[in-house]
This record gives sequence, structure tokens and C-alpha cells, in this order.
Amino acid sequence: MKVKVGLGSCGIAAGGRKVLKALQDEAKKYNLDVEIEETGCIGMCFYEPIVDIVDGEETYSYGFVDENIAKKIIDSHVKDGEVLEENIIYTSKKPPNYTAKQHKIALENCGVINPERIEEYLEKGGYQGITKVLNEMTREDVIQEIKDSGLRGRGGAGFPTWFKWNAALQSKGDQKYMVCNADEGDPGAFMDRSVLEGDPHRIIEGMLIGGYAIGASEGIIYCRAEYPLAIERLEKAMAQAKEKNYLGENILGTDFSFSLRIKKGAGAFVCGEETALIESLEGKRGMPRLKPPFPAQSGYWRQPTNINNVETLANVPWIISKGAEAFASVGSGKSKGTKVFALSGKIKNGGLVEIPMGMTLREVIFDIGGGIKKDKAFKAVQLGGPSGGCVPAELLDTPVTYENINATGAIMGSGGMVVMDETTCMVDIAKFFLDFTCKESCGKCTYCRVGTKRMLEILEKISKGEGKLEDLDELEQLGNSIKDGSLCGLGQTAPNPVLTGLKYFREEYEAHIVDKKCPAKKCTDLLTYTIDPDKCTGCTLCARNCPTEAISGKVKEVHKIDQDLCIKCGNCYDVCNFDAVKVD
Amino acid sequence: MKGVHVMCDNCNVGELKKNFKDENVNLDLMTPVIEKYGKSTGNLINLLQEMQEVYGYLPLKGMDYLAEKTDNKKATIYGVATFYTQFRLNPIGKYLILQCQGTACHVNGSKEVSKAICEELDINPGETSDDGLFTVEDVACLGCCSLAPVMMINGEAYGNLTPGKAVKVIKDLRKKELEGEADES
Repeated sequence: MKVKVGLGSCGIAAGGRKVLKALQDEAKKYNLDVEIEETGCIGMCFYEPIVDIVDGEETYSYGFVDENIAKKIIDSHVKDGEVLEENIIYTSKKPPNYTAKQHKIALENCGVINPERIEEYLEKGGYQGITKVLNEMTREDVIQEIKDSGLRGRGGAGFPTWFKWNAALQSKGDQKYMVCNADEGDPGAFMDRSVLEGDPHRIIEGMLIGGYAIGASEGIIYCRAEYPLAIERLEKAMAQAKEKNYLGENILGTDFSFSLRIKKGAGAFVCGEETALIESLEGKRGMPRLKPPFPAQSGYWRQPTNINNVETLANVPWIISKGAEAFASVGSGKSKGTKVFALSGKIKNGGLVEIPMGMTLREVIFDIGGGIKKDKAFKAVQLGGPSGGCVPAELLDTPVTYENINATGAIMGSGGMVVMDETTCMVDIAKFFLDFTCKESCGKCTYCRVGTKRMLEILEKISKGEGKLEDLDELEQLGNSIKDGSLCGLGQTAPNPVLTGLKYFREEYEAHIVDKKCPAKKCTDLLTYTIDPDKCTGCTLCARNCPTEAISGKVKEVHKIDQDLCIKCGNCYDVCNFDAVKVD
Repeated sequence: MKGVHVMCDNCNVGELKKNFKDENVNLDLMTPVIEKYGKSTGNLINLLQEMQEVYGYLPLKGMDYLAEKTDNKKATIYGVATFYTQFRLNPIGKYLILQCQGTACHVNGSKEVSKAICEELDINPGETSDDGLFTVEDVACLGCCSLAPVMMINGEAYGNLTPGKAVKVIKDLRKKELEGEADES
């Protein structure tokens, strides 16, 4: 019998370490001979902390485990073999809907193996890809295999991976570099973090295969410093790989040598852009370079450099060992394989999902994600973070492929999928993203630097009820100019949240401008709080919680809000037990 | 937007230097770090990251020292230090509160939580409370989106926050500190 605790960052945040300790202490108390191990994120963050009991063929998963339940798990399940039915969330015989519809390639080992032990990765067929490559394949063979698989960049733009590899292979240079982009900056996305934390050896193997294909002997993983656990696990994995000669000189007895190191990013969204990332690697401010020359011709220290996203690399070992055909059989049209999404926002089952391309957004959100929290109405789903856009309810049947998502005006993006309900204001969300890109603009291009600021100002005006209808045209015009006038992806996509907002939710913008109302009741300047005399019982709770003493009324008499004093903090609305406070 | 700081004799250096708290720091602590990374410009970010680990922030004197001991120019060092959000130019309080401003947190009410925290401490994000206990900072995303809204205090994450819950955490920490002080005296 084996006990596994999910200790990704989210598991730890939910209290996973305390659970692990409680399990260990309890097992010690009874001198039980049971392996208690940590594993990565299984993806079901909404059940965290999760404890798995592997008993022969069957796996039992316990959710929402705290220290008490952990003790009980050891006391009855592990010691006496009695399953705690009421705490079981699912068993391997009866997988939940959440996993039944998923198709795991990049995440196949996440939450299954112990990421800190190379042996477990090897047992799952790890490092067979690089072994096959080194023994049987030429560089050209590898690139052909990736081409046949149809793998495209999972960082967002969807550029064919084989094309980049081939360009780097064809370039002449004394030293070529293989770089992994683990600078996951999209606020609302944590796919790369989970892969790095849950299956670090896979990324190392992907880097090795890519490095071999392009003729690089040096690899660098550029990882966010905000992911300390990912860095720690990568470092351990690299040391283990070196010991087993998967990294270093003459790997597996061949003449291929490859060294790998980690470079910690320092917190700049723009460094997810290839050329800005290279500048940052060189110790400079992360400002994008003019393309061409492309990194494949002149990248890190002006040498041929290939950069791939974490999820892209996580697919590579699978493609090599299982074959391009197996990969290409999953997916739809020009979008092959699977895509990992970080499902969050107003969704019941938030977490990490990996779906075959071609599945519709509706299936992802309702069948896998379980629908909207508190069963409110679905309003939009945000894809692609600050570079993407909001897809409205009428387009929920859009299949998840690069082409179909782009056609909506959003982008596939790196995998952030934030679900919004009727209480999310589209002007507010556009303002949120513009504020983000405005702060993160590196300042090199005028349109991006100043233009995003101007757009943000217009949005602020609108959310205060001071907007004019002409402002909407100006937003569109300015947005299109910023797209044309910016050098890198950050500026070229920064207006997307506003432009898709105007495309699908124009009437909501107009409501802010013409009616001076916020339909989602988010923009505080446009709200009016009143008390319904029929419902007010005169309990005085609202008056006691009002910070500005704007509410007057005697005990057991109807209360009233003085609109001149009201600062629209919403306290009265939150505390009222009789639904007597109205917001309009 | 990131300010473009150019440090040269013709600019108003004095004005810019007001941004820094000029403290006495032990520069010898940087010697092993500089030895580890060498003088070349390519390791500037690593140097600054380690300096922040040593002092908790980037002291002005430390950055000047780097300019003296490595091939990096002063202007480049300040440029890099002000470009990346990870770097802090002033010392922080005993508790560093990182307020997640990711999309999922935003949709789930992080703004209200942040407002409550700042009101409780009477500071703005980026500042340190008068008692030197708390520093509040906004961060782009802590990656615990399913627990939104989230904050992290000295490495420990607190999820599913409401304004009330967040304020209680701070009050408890402050109480713990006050009791600790009473015990000592």
C-alpha cells in the first residue's frame, strides 16, 4: 500500500504539508510499514488537499483532507483496510467526469509519480525518447517526426515547432542554444508551473531531444522566480539526470553532450516574448529586439537559439516514444494533440485540465468544469490572458483549435481560461487587463507605452459614468493603431481584451455611457444603494455597519440611506439578512 | 509603465536618489557573490537577485559597489533594478504580504480584499506600515487560481479570502507580535 499527497503549489497552499506530516506521524505511531510520498498536481485543485491510497490495482482518492481526516485515513483505511466512504471523492474504478473527458499527454505523469525520484519517471517510460533519438535517429529524422506529429507551440501563437527547430539547425554558429520558456506571466495561468513541479524530468528530456535536433550542447530554462518549488524540483531532477548520464558529457555513451542550467526571471511579463527573454538572459532589461533576424539566426549572445514553451517540450518525449502518428490522431484539423488549460474564475471545478483539441468550450466548462459557481448564468470565458479576449455565451460551441479560437478575436494563448458570470463587468475586466499591460509595457514602442495608458484612461472614464459614445470609436481606432505600431506580441495583442469586449458586449459599454448604469453592478461609481421599505425590519444592522453614518432610522422602523453621504462600499448590502438593500 | 531612469551628471541625480533609503550596509557580504558570478555583464540579474537575498532589498550603496567591482555601468544597474518587479529599492517589513492580482483573483473580489488590507494597515501597496511590521505588495499571479482570492505572507498562502478574513489574519499577526514584545520586556 502506498499513500500519496498532492504537493503542488496549490496543494501546499491548501494545507498539504500539514496533511503529509499528520499522515507520517500517525503511521509512525502504529509502526505501519507504508510508503508516504509526495506527488505533483493532479489538476483537481478544487478538492485540495488530496490524498491518494494506492492499494494494489485500485486507487482511492480522498479530497478536502485536513489533519483529522489524515489521521482517520491512516487509522482505518491503511491500518484496518476500512475505506472512509464519506471522504472518498473518487476511485480509479469510478473516475469522475472531471477526468473522464480529458486526454492526458503533457500531464500524464503529473500527480501520479513522485517528481523528486527519477526512478518513477523511468518506470513510466521516461528517457526512452532520448535513448531512441540518440541510438536510431538523425537530427533530420527527429525534425521530420515532429513535423509529422503536427506539434505547434503551446505558448500561445501556435507556430509549428519543427519549423523553428529546422531553422535553428540550418543556421550556422559556433554554439547553438536550446532555451525553455518557463516565464509563465499570464495572470490566471499555472499550467507550466504544474508540469515543472509535477514532472520535471519530462522537460529535461524534451530539452535534450530538442537540443540534439538543432545541434545545441547548451540548454537554459528561463523560469519565473515566483515559482520556487518548480525551480527546486528542476534542480533536483537535473542532479539526478546528471548522475544517470542523461545530462553532461557523452550522454548514454554517444558523442552527444548537453549541459543544462536554470536562469531565474525577475518578474516582467514582457520577458515571455522570445527576444525580450533573450535580452533578459543576457542580464539586460527585457526589451524586445527587432525581428528579423530571428532568434534561430541570431539569439542568445548572437548565436542561433531555439526557444520553446514548457508544454510544447512536455509533448516531445511522448511524440518520439509513441510515434508522430499517435499524436496526430488526437486533435482536429491543423491543431493536433492536446492542450492544457488552467480553469479558474467563477467555475465550480477549477483546476488543470488537458483536453484533445477540437473539444468545444462548452464541454470544457460545463462537462469538465461542472458549470458556474452557485449556478449563476454564464457570461463569457476569457482566453489568452492580457493578450486574449472574452468569448461570449453564443460562441460556447466553438471548438478549441488555434484557428477557431483566433476567429473569435481571442487567442488560444498559453492556457489561461477564466470563466465569468453575470456579476462580472466587461468594462471592468477590460480595465483590469489594460492596467496590467500598461504597467508591463517595457516602454520601447510609443504606441504601446502611451497608447495603452490612453486606452486605460478612457475605460476609467467610462466606468465612472463620464464616457461619451465617441469614446468607443476612439478605443477601437487607438486599439488598432497600437496593434500596428508595436514591435512585439505584448503591444500587438494588448488591445484585444477591449476590442473583443466591444465586439461582443458593446451594449454593456453603452449602458455605462448612456444609462450611467453598470449591469453587472461592479462599477461602484454607477451604483445606487436603497432600502426596500417592505422588507426592512429595522434591525439596525446596516446602520451599525455603515462607515459614513449615511443610514438613519430607529429600531424596528424602516431605515433610509442618505445618497449624499453614501460612499457605495456595499457593507449594508452584504450584512442585510432580509435582502432589503437594493443595488441599481 | 516602467520609468526610464538615466543616471548621469547632467540629470537630476539628487532628485532620483531620494527614492532610496540610504542605509549603512556591510558591502563585504557581496564579495563571495561577485566572486561566484564574475565581472561580466551577462550575470547582472543573478547578482542583483543574490544581493536582494543578502540585504532583503537593493541598497543604493550596494548597487554602486557592483558598478565599481564589475563591468556593469551604474546606469545599467539602476536600469535593470527598476525594470523588474522582483527588485525592491527599500527595506521591507517583518511580514511581506503579497496580494495576488491575477485574473481569477480579480474576478473573485481581490480588489475589495486589497482595499481592506490597506485600510487596516493605513498604507498603499508598495509601502511599509509605520510600525515596520508589514509591507504590502501587489503581484501579478501566485498561481493558486482555484483558491482565489489569495494572498501570501512570508511564503505562506492564504486562500478563499474575504475582506474580513484577510483583516483577521493581519490582526492576529499583529497581536502575536505585541504579545511577543510584552514577553520580552
